[in-house]
Amino acid sequence: MVFEIDAKDLHYRELNQQIRKAIAEGAKHLVIKHVNGHRYLAAGVSAEVDIDVYGVPGLDLGAFMRGPRIRVHGNTQDGAGNTMDEGKIIVEGMAGDVVGYAMRGGKIFIASDVGYRVGIHMKSYMDKIPVLVIGGKAGDFLGEYMAGGIIVLLGLNSRYPERPLAGMFLGTGMHGGVIYVRGHLPETQISPVLKIEEIDDKDKATLENILIEYAKDLNFDLEEIWKEKFFKIKPKTHRPYGKLYAY
Amino acid sequence: MEIFIPNKEISGCGLSGVINRKGELIKGEVIIESICCQMDRGNGLGAGYAAYGIYPEFAEHYCLHVMADTKKALKEVEEILAHKCYLVHQEKIPTRPVPGITSPPRFYRYFVKPRYEGDLREICEGTPDEDDYMVRLVMKINRDVPGAYIISSGRNMGAFKGVGFPDQIAEFFRLDEYSAYIWTAHNRFPTNTPGWWGGAHPFTILDWSIVHNGEISSYGTNRRYLEMFGYHCTLLTDTEVVAYLLDLLIRRHGLPIELACMALAPPFWEEIDRMEEPERSVCTAIRAVYGPAMLNGPFAILFAYNGGLVGLNDRVKLRPLVAAKKGDFYYMASEEAAIRAICPDPDEVWCPKAGEPVIVELEPDTIPNQRSYLRGEPFQISSPVCRISLVEEEETEEEEEA
Repeated sequence: MVFEIDAKDLHYRELNQQIRKAIAEGAKHLVIKHVNGHRYLAAGVSAEVDIDVYGVPGLDLGAFMRGPRIRVHGNTQDGAGNTMDEGKIIVEGMAGDVVGYAMRGGKIFIASDVGYRVGIHMKSYMDKIPVLVIGGKAGDFLGEYMAGGIIVLLGLNSRYPERPLAGMFLGTGMHGGVIYVRGHLPETQISPVLKIEEIDDKDKATLENILIEYAKDLNFDLEEIWKEKFFKIKPKTHRPYGKLYAY
Repeated sequence: MEIFIPNKEISGCGLSGVINRKGELIKGEVIIESICCQMDRGNGLGAGYAAYGIYPEFAEHYCLHVMADTKKALKEVEEILAHKCYLVHQEKIPTRPVPGITSPPRFYRYFVKPRYEGDLREICEGTPDEDDYMVRLVMKINRDVPGAYIISSGRNMGAFKGVGFPDQIAEFFRLDEYSAYIWTAHNRFPTNTPGWWGGAHPFTILDWSIVHNGEISSYGTNRRYLEMFGYHCTLLTDTEVVAYLLDLLIRRHGLPIELACMALAPPFWEEIDRMEEPERSVCTAIRAVYGPAMLNGPFAILFAYNGGLVGLNDRVKLRPLVAAKKGDFYYMASEEAAIRAICPDPDEVWCPKAGEPVIVELEPDTIPNQRSYLRGEPFQISSPVCRISLVEEEETEEEEEA
């Protein structure tokens, strides 16, 4: 059964209380209408539930959450998926800054562009591998301090034709995980502690899995996505500063 | 053991601005609704608004909004104005009592023109020097009169600000009764400067007004630099320097807005190294000449003048800024939600790049005394005679006393 909430005159606290109450009462599918700037939607929620959000959710959408599948029918603001643990956030429009900050599991699929500092400090452990896919372009500091997980940057569906695929300081301090980029990035953009390579068969299989799901969720043409070559960016060593203090 | 967690939101300031390029007037309710959508970004320690086009009946006169703690301070200001200005109209700024706003200062407005003495009158009256005259007058009052401050001094515009949430301050100043072609608004979360009436945003000089989210950690450097040009910071808040820097760089030095913004948020040297000529030389020159005008630290600012609205981020975008367009209306805010609250289906929404200004000017010849700074002001030299009036006079008086 679909449980509907009208967020129009609700403060974000009331809205989140209603979401949690509905989930506690067994709701499996929530539809939230007239969302505009409501913060912390489904933050910290630990449950298997589908949430459809209509409007622009506020800061820290799905922060710390473990399980919910959120689909945003529109754009989202800064901090979506902050430190999320499990679940999925699908954004049909663009997203703001610091998407997927310190994300440690689950998936975030963005149809269009993202802002600055996206995927910073993502991490992984055993089978917990967070995945962040960006359909458009990214601002500066993409994957800064990244310690694990996968970022895929497609550059396909961008509102900024004049901007480069990704901004400056890409992967600064990165020491784990991988960033897959569709198309070529200039060498000047890659920090000396990172290496950029063509993808191998193993990468291709990983990407295939992710992109099939992404294309299905957001109506992308999978063939179109594969038309351009992918490159992977990885740290040369997982301890780039290991010798800095030891010798 | 119970742990007490105060119901406190840790946040950052909120900004919102709107302009109609054809000069169509926008009701106060619109900007109030937009900034109130970002209520959780502030903590009740400051809010404010700037409105352009609100005094058409006195469009040729500078409107001084004076904030005074005491009657005595107000009287002192009036005495200075009587000497230094022609006064065409004065009144109490209408306010309403608002629950939660206790013991506000007094607010008056004065519509004035500079009053030059003697031969200066013929040389300076009606020239761009009048702007310099007003800047010097504002600095003098803000520095010399204890407990009184001029919080806005432009033509056909005004700033309204105080301690409270944005809905309270709007109610207090009855902003629902004003209509403007440009509005900016601010919801404050003071971090390292006091939350007092003078420290609320916007900060203004002449028709420049600025609202800011962030911290200007170069405040000390900027402030000392500005003092060399006769600007004095008296409002105990970092943002104040930006208002004066805009006046110095754009109006007085005649830099086009893009270059002035580049001085405030310059590209990194490594970016400049990769640039082609002549861009590289221009950037190098701006960084070299205007080093002390650079704003260090995180910021998103909106500034406005009689003719335009500009949004600018620091060069690594440490504070949010979103822009949108719908027909002749342009919107800029900290959060997209604040725009959607007043414009549910914009034609375009975008996130400006770090350090790249979004400049929206009115169409040419839309309003009286319209200013355009896209290509810089045509270079005008005011007579050096004009520049001495206030200062010179004081010194002579002191000598006589001695």
